[in-house]
Amino acid sequence: MQTLVLKPISRRKALSYLGVAGASLTLSSIAFAGPDEVNARISAITNGAAGDDTLITLDLPEIAENGNAVKVAFDIDSPMTADNYVKAVHILADGNPEPDVATFNFSPHMGACYASTRMRLSKTQNVHVIAAFSDGSFGNASALVKVTIGGCGG
Amino acid sequence: MTKVKPRVKVPKTAEAGEIVEIKTLISHPMHSGRAVDGDGNLIPRRIIHSFRASFNGTEVMSVNLKPSVSANPFFTFPFKVTESGTFDFIWVEDDGTEYKKSAKISVG
Repeated sequence: MQTLVLKPISRRKALSYLGVAGASLTLSSIAFAGPDEVNARISAITNGAAGDDTLITLDLPEIAENGNAVKVAFDIDSPMTADNYVKAVHILADGNPEPDVATFNFSPHMGACYASTRMRLSKTQNVHVIAAFSDGSFGNASALVKVTIGGCGG
Repeated sequence: MTKVKPRVKVPKTAEAGEIVEIKTLISHPMHSGRAVDGDGNLIPRRIIHSFRASFNGTEVMSVNLKPSVSANPFFTFPFKVTESGTFDFIWVEDDGTEYKKSAKISVG
C-alpha cells in the first residue's frame, strides 16, 4: 500500500514517455489490494465464519464506463427489529489501492435494510458486501464489475 | 477550494409507521491522496471520513468512508417514522471540520 512509486508527473507527460521507455511499467507499479488481502479482511470481519449468500441483493453495474462513480446498492433481508437487525455492512473492493470502501453502521430505527452510495473503482474487479447481523451471523455477496476507465486519480 | 455544501432530501410529512427514504449528498472533492494536479504535484488526502444521521438525538445510521468513496459522497437509506421530530446529519472531514444539516418530519 505504501509502495506508491508513481512519479508525480502529469498524465500527458507520462504518455509522452510511453514510446521511449514503456511507461506501463511505471503505471503498473501502484500496489493494489488484491483478492488475498480482501479475503484476509473478510476473514477478520467474520472471524472466519462462512456467510449466508442468499440474504443480500446487490445492485451493481456489470460494466462501469466511469470508475470514478460506480453506484453500489444493497438490499438485505432483515426484519430490522430490536432483537434481529443488521448491525453493519462492509463494502470491499479487491482491485483498489486499499480494500475498504465504506462501512455502514445500522440500527433498528431504519425499519428496513437497504442503502446505496457511489464508489471509485480503479480497474475491473470484484466488489464484496459483507453484512454483520445482530445475532452474530454474517451474510455476503460479491459481483464482478468491469471498469472501462479507472477512477483512482493519477 | 470548492465550497463544501451538504444537501438532504427528507419528506416533510409521513404517516406513523411509514418507512421513508432519506437521501443525502455533500459536495466534496474527496481527495484520495493519490491523484496529481495539473502541475504533476500530488494532491494531499482530504476526505469526509464519517457521516452520521440521528433522529431526535438517537443515531439512526452512520458510515465510515474511505478514499474509495466517490467525490460528492451520496447516500440513501430507509427510516421508519414513528413520531414527529428532527433529523440531524453530520459529516466530518479529515481535519475535524464538521458540516451539519437538519430536516424536520411531521407525522399526521
